Amino acid sequence: MNAFATEFRRDLAISARHGAETMNPIAFFALAAFLLGLGLGQSTSRLDEAAGGALWVLALFANVLAVEGLFSRDREDGSLEQLLLHAKPLFAALLGKVAAHWIVSGLPIAALSPLVALLVDVPPSGMFALALTLLLGTPTLALVGAIGAALVAGTGRGGLLVALLVMPLYVPTLLFGSGAAMTALGGGDPSAELLWLAALLALSITLAPFGIGAALRVGQEY
Amino acid sequence: MGKATEWFRRTFHRMGSPRWFFAGSRGWMLGLYLVGGALIAIGSAWGLGFAPTDRLQGDSYRILYVHVPAAHLAEAVYVAIAIAGAVHLVWRMKMADLAIAAAAPVGMTLTAAALATGYIWGIPTWGTGWVWDARTTSMLVLLFLYFGLIALRQAVPRADRAALAVSVLAIVGVVNIPIIKYSVDWFTTLHQPASIRIGERPSIDPSMLWPLAVNALGYYLFLVGVVIAALRAKIIEREAKADWVRTWVQAR
Repeated sequence: MNAFATEFRRDLAISARHGAETMNPIAFFALAAFLLGLGLGQSTSRLDEAAGGALWVLALFANVLAVEGLFSRDREDGSLEQLLLHAKPLFAALLGKVAAHWIVSGLPIAALSPLVALLVDVPPSGMFALALTLLLGTPTLALVGAIGAALVAGTGRGGLLVALLVMPLYVPTLLFGSGAAMTALGGGDPSAELLWLAALLALSITLAPFGIGAALRVGQEY
Repeated sequence: MGKATEWFRRTFHRMGSPRWFFAGSRGWMLGLYLVGGALIAIGSAWGLGFAPTDRLQGDSYRILYVHVPAAHLAEAVYVAIAIAGAVHLVWRMKMADLAIAAAAPVGMTLTAAALATGYIWGIPTWGTGWVWDARTTSMLVLLFLYFGLIALRQAVPRADRAALAVSVLAIVGVVNIPIIKYSVDWFTTLHQPASIRIGERPSIDPSMLWPLAVNALGYYLFLVGVVIAALRAKIIEREAKADWVRTWVQAR
């Protein structure tokens, strides 16, 4: 667990020192929701049914944009290579990195989603259910997205490629996440979908770090 | 037993040599084209001309003789790519990567063909071409997975490095395919359940099944021939600096 804590604390400290940069995904999420509301002609009735799904898609985009640069700074200053050489176990260290990344990208998006939901006229009863679905879903997005970010880290190509690689893999999370949000907004009980989201999270915590590690090792050889 | 193992080991090692594969594969390719093409001709003529008309769907069901083989192959090719990716990562066999590079566009084309024929078939039978049904959706996801494989290869400048990245992505993709399939299945489905399952009596009548089986086998053989042809082209491209390629080109 030591490797986890070391990486987790280190990455959080780095994020704290780049405050503005860390704010970007959250600002993007709010801005995109604002544009969505405007683009649909400020007519709230049209948004009623689709709001849960729409916010989920926006959160997914924000996540792809945020995760893209997850390894780029560490790669540039060489600390990624050191990590791959000495981290024991690498699994825990990578999990720590992704967890720290989620604390500054996924968690604030989930926490702020009730406020953003005001823009698209989500009723207060549904707001917290929406936040809960994002709270359970965004860690999975971060873990799966990190595999794509690791694969692309060495190529010098940016976000579009990462998006192309990982968005098909986001399909299950999106289905259950937006499904839960829409059920909750419609007044139903979303616990079945929430359990599925939790299952996906458990699965990706177990498997994704292996994928991230393999991808980073490969990337180190570019 | 010892002899068979020895033979397998030698063949496996030879298969790893682009030069040996290139020299030996021309005959296989032509043979596969010939047998596969003949089976497709027989199966298609049988299915389109002689198999009975469906009571509910009329003649429109006959697109099944293209749709089903294409859809099966599209998935089989992705699994084959993932296996080749694992072989490449473990043994760093160059041929495994060249096989991925050769097979990915073929698989992508088949996926597109399955989606297109499905769309056309859907219009008379479902009343709409595209539906957010379990299997159409997961087929579309498969198309995007193929896009990703091809895009990643082009993004990494050095061919041998791109090979490693693509292998990792292929394995990640194949782990995800069942999850994607089940999650999409969870949505109620409009697509008919699979008619042919291993170990059960197929729910499709034998008079319609036989031409389909012949056609599917023909598609498999023919497409393996196509992949071998693409693989031969990749070998010449990747080994362009080798002496044997130069002599081979000059001899033509």
